[in-house]
Formats: sequence, C-alpha cells, structure tokens
Amino acid sequence: MDLTLLMNAVIAGLLLGAFYAAVTAGISISFGMLDVVNIAHPGFIILGSYIAYIVNTHYGIDPIVVSILALPVFYLLGAAIYQLFYVSFEKRGQDSLRGLAFFFGLLFVTEVILVLVFGVDYRSVDASYIGSSLRLGIVELPLRLLVPAIVAVIMFVGLEIFLGRSFTGRAVMAVSQDPMALRLMAVDPTRIKRIAFGISIATASLAGAFLIIIQPVIPSVGRDYIGRIFAICVLGGLGSMPGTMIAALLLGVIESVTATFYGPSWAPAVSFGILLLTLAVRPSGLLGR
Amino acid sequence: MRAPLFILIQLVIATAIYLGLRFFGNDYLFFAGYTVLQFIVLATAWNILGGYCGYVNFGSAGFFAIGAYTSVFLFTVGQSPEAVFPASILPAMQAIFPLPVPLIIAIAGVMSGLVGLGTGYLTLRLRGVFFAIATLALAIVLQTLVVNWSFVGGSRGAYVIPANTVPVFGPYIQYLFVLMLLLTIIALTCARMIERSSLGVGFATIRDDELAAEACGVPTLKLKLIATVLSGALMGMAGAPFPFYIGYTEPGSVFDLGYAVNSIAMPMIGGTTSWVGPLIGAVLLGTLQQVATVTISSAVNLLLVGLLLIGFVIVAPNGIVGLWQSWFRKGAKP
Repeated sequence: MDLTLLMNAVIAGLLLGAFYAAVTAGISISFGMLDVVNIAHPGFIILGSYIAYIVNTHYGIDPIVVSILALPVFYLLGAAIYQLFYVSFEKRGQDSLRGLAFFFGLLFVTEVILVLVFGVDYRSVDASYIGSSLRLGIVELPLRLLVPAIVAVIMFVGLEIFLGRSFTGRAVMAVSQDPMALRLMAVDPTRIKRIAFGISIATASLAGAFLIIIQPVIPSVGRDYIGRIFAICVLGGLGSMPGTMIAALLLGVIESVTATFYGPSWAPAVSFGILLLTLAVRPSGLLGR
Repeated sequence: MRAPLFILIQLVIATAIYLGLRFFGNDYLFFAGYTVLQFIVLATAWNILGGYCGYVNFGSAGFFAIGAYTSVFLFTVGQSPEAVFPASILPAMQAIFPLPVPLIIAIAGVMSGLVGLGTGYLTLRLRGVFFAIATLALAIVLQTLVVNWSFVGGSRGAYVIPANTVPVFGPYIQYLFVLMLLLTIIALTCARMIERSSLGVGFATIRDDELAAEACGVPTLKLKLIATVLSGALMGMAGAPFPFYIGYTEPGSVFDLGYAVNSIAMPMIGGTTSWVGPLIGAVLLGTLQQVATVTISSAVNLLLVGLLLIGFVIVAPNGIVGLWQSWFRKGAKP
C-alpha cells in the first residue's frame, strides 16, 4: 500500500467527514432530539445547492455567502413544515407510519420539481478557491474540500454551543425526553420543537452550498446521502452532536480509503454496511446514552 | 365468503379481463394493463407489512430489482450454459436451462424473501423507524452491487429478448399479462387470507401497540419476519417478469424511486386496513399514470403521485376506503 496515497486518502476523508457532519447535523437535531424522522432532509440540502447555484451563476456571489443569506428562509420553511407535521400527525397521535410517508412524499416531490425546473444536467458553481489546492509536504489539501470543511466545523461548534449553553438549546435537548417538565417551566414544547426543526432545516442551506462546492449536483444526488446521513446519525448515537462529528469523520475516512483503493463505485455500500453493523452490534451508537 | 369461492370469482374476473382485452386485439392495452397489474401486486405486497403491521418499507424498488435481476441472471445463464457450468454437470444443466418464466418467478420470490428475512432479522428488533431507514439504504446498496456486477450487465444494462410468440397465448406480452394476472390473484388471495386468519390479528396487535402485544405473549419478532418475507417475496415476484416485459434492463430503470413511491402511495390513497385499499389505489393511480404518461409527461405524473400521497396522508389518513366508510356510516344515520 502506497503511503502517500494512504495519507492523502485519509486527509481527504477527514475533510469529507467534516462536510458529512454538516449534512448530518440537521438530522441529528430532528431525528435524534425531536424524534421527527425527517427523511426529506437530503431534499432540502439539494434545494440549498440549487439556490446557491442560481444566485452564484446570476450574480457571482460566493455560494457559502448565499447560503448564509438564505438561512432565515430555510428556518421559516422548516418551522412551517413542522407546524404542518404537528397539526396533521403529532397532534392526532398517528405520526409514525403516515409521518414517514409524508416526509417521503416531500423528498420525492422536491426532487421531481427540481428535475422539472432544472432538468437532469449536472450543475456546478464558480468560486475563486475551487480548483486550487494547498500543499503540505506530501499531503495535498484541495481547497474545494478544505473551505467547506472549515465552515462546517465552525457551524458545528456554533450549534453545539447553542444547544449546550443557551436556555432554548437545552430545552431542545430536553423536549422529546420530557415535554411535561418543559411545560412546568413555562416553555411550550411545540414552540421549542418548531424552533429546533427550523434550525435543522436551516443547516441544510449551508450543507447544500458545501455539497455543490465539492461536487456537481443533480436532483437525484440527495438519495445517495440518505444512507450516509442515517448511518452517521445512528453510529454517532442518536442526538449526540460530538458523536455525530466522530462518526462523520470515521465514515469520511473509510469511504475515502475505499474509493482510493477499490474504486469510487463501491463507496455507497460502505455506509450501508456500517449502518447494518451498528444496528446489529450496538444500536445505541458510539456515544449513545 | 370462503377462500375457494373468492379465488373462483377472481379467476372469472381475470378471464373476463383477458378475453375482453383480446377482443380489442390491441397489444398496447396488454402493455398498459401489465403495468397496472404489476402495481396491484406491489401495493398489496407493501400493504402486508406496511398496512397490517405498521412497518414502512421504502425499499420496494430494491425487492423489485432483486426479482428482476434474478430473471436477468437466470436468462443469461440459460443463453450459454457452457460458459457457466463445469463440463461434468453441463449436460444436466443444458437440459434444465433455459428455465420457464413461471419457475423464474418462483425463484425470484425465494431470493427476495431471503433478503427480506436478512434485513428484517437485523433491524426489526429495534424501533420501527430503523427498519424503514435500512430498507431505504438497502435499495441504494443493491444498486451499487448490480452496477459493479458485469455478469448481469453492470451499469450498461442487459438485453433479455424472449421469443416473439408463445403457443396458446400468441404474442409474448399476452403470456406475460396472464402470468401477472395470476400473480395478482395470488397476492390478493394471500392478503385476504392473512386478514382473516390469526396471523392477521397478530399483525394488527403489532400495528396498534407492539409493547402491549409483546407483553401479552404475541411473538412479535416472528410475526414481523413472516410479514417481511411474504411482502418481499411478492415484490420480487412482481419484478421477475419485468426484464422480459421491458426487453432491456438497466439499473436506473429497475431501481427507479417511482416504484418505492408508488407502492407506498397506492395503499395510502386506497386505504391500508384491508386488501381492497391497495387494489383501489393501484387501479386508480396506475390507470391515471398510464393516461398521464401518454398525454402529459412521465415527470409530471410522478409529481402528481407525490402530491396525492402528501395530500391523502394529511387530509384522509384512512384513504378512499376510510372516506367511503365514514360517508357510508353518516349516510346510515337517521
């Protein structure tokens, strides 16, 4: 095994892993903390990619800046979707089967609408750092991976501080475990869930921009991320943010090494293997409670 | 109504449909009808696990594809047995291959049933949502495997060209249509028998309150596995004739997300609590899509299915059957 190749594969995997962490952050909140199985999350990520793409090609604004500007829009979208979900399913107490079907329908509709509007051509963005790379000794750091990774880590740390330190953040962590206790503290659990779901969808805006910086995007690419996202989320331990980060880095490295030594067409199978192994051996994940 | 009578009625209806379509003498009707029947089988199969047990399977396309690729594999082997088998057993294999389509369908059912068993055994002991996620990922991984497996064509796809005509039935599509008709009868009979047996009662307890069922001594894991295997096997059987129907099989068309969406949407729209629901949903949506594909476009008809699915789960959680029942009950009141 070539050492330089291995080193580069591991470094690229770590950068990829940081990006995966950003992609999974939203699911960690909605699935891990709120018990809302939002399988439509990849759809919102692709939506974020296309918004970054439109603004970038028309006005030349950096995709990451675009996605930050779009955060409030995604937040409101998320809050609205949660409200609909709450009224239609959670309140009626039949959220499991039909709720899943609802989100599956959302994922599908998003994809089909994007296909109808943009077609199935690959779309990509322009930014000054795409294409160049940093050299450290034998290791090559492509900036199209490095920049999203750095912003992803910043976003992740910000989320972690918000969830761990602020009152609202702590309420989010508590809401699915004990909504009664929240009520006793004069906090409306539904409002907290709405806020949290809004935040989880808002992360999709950033993750979408990262995605289209890293690779060209077509509407169906979101599907490839479903297995990955849930594998990371389960492996990390549901709702544990540090666990999510560790699992994402792990998966990134394993995938990158697999792709380097066995060919990229095998990479999607890695995440599923990890998911099944985790479910069979340790369903509570690495850092699960 | 007893089961033999039910089967007899179905056979009569099926014969009437077949003869009716033959009377028109237009092969397109058989092509369109085949698709609708295929969706009836898929929707009924999905409903055995989804509607009766309350476990969502997003991997219908995966199970369908296992069936389709079992066909492709057996057909390819049948084309040139000498390239696959060692000389010692070659004469025997040459006598067996090529396999008749009904046998291929049965083998495909066994294969996808086994995959269902494996996936179910690993994930069904946990909360239901894990099973749903695993099935979602299963389809993607199976696609990866098929794309990397050159014997069945890999990402290029494979040609499965059967004979033009079959004795008795005439054109090949009519033969496939009759096979699908029989499969539909098998699926509907299966679903109806489950509903009326103690198995169905067991499934319903899982759907309503799994914890309570477990506490009362219902063998929930065993029942869930039975449902998964049955459902998976029927989906695989629905997929097995597909390569013969389409002629050219490639991963993109077999693993189409449309199958997963349709096999969820049809029972949800029709109603998940009885065998009638998926049948109604599949006939309505299947026919609608055939019409929309011809008159508008296939992307728009998929959008239609997605929107209908979202609309129905929000507005009419019990589907058309539920709407009918509540309307009927209100009407019966003085």
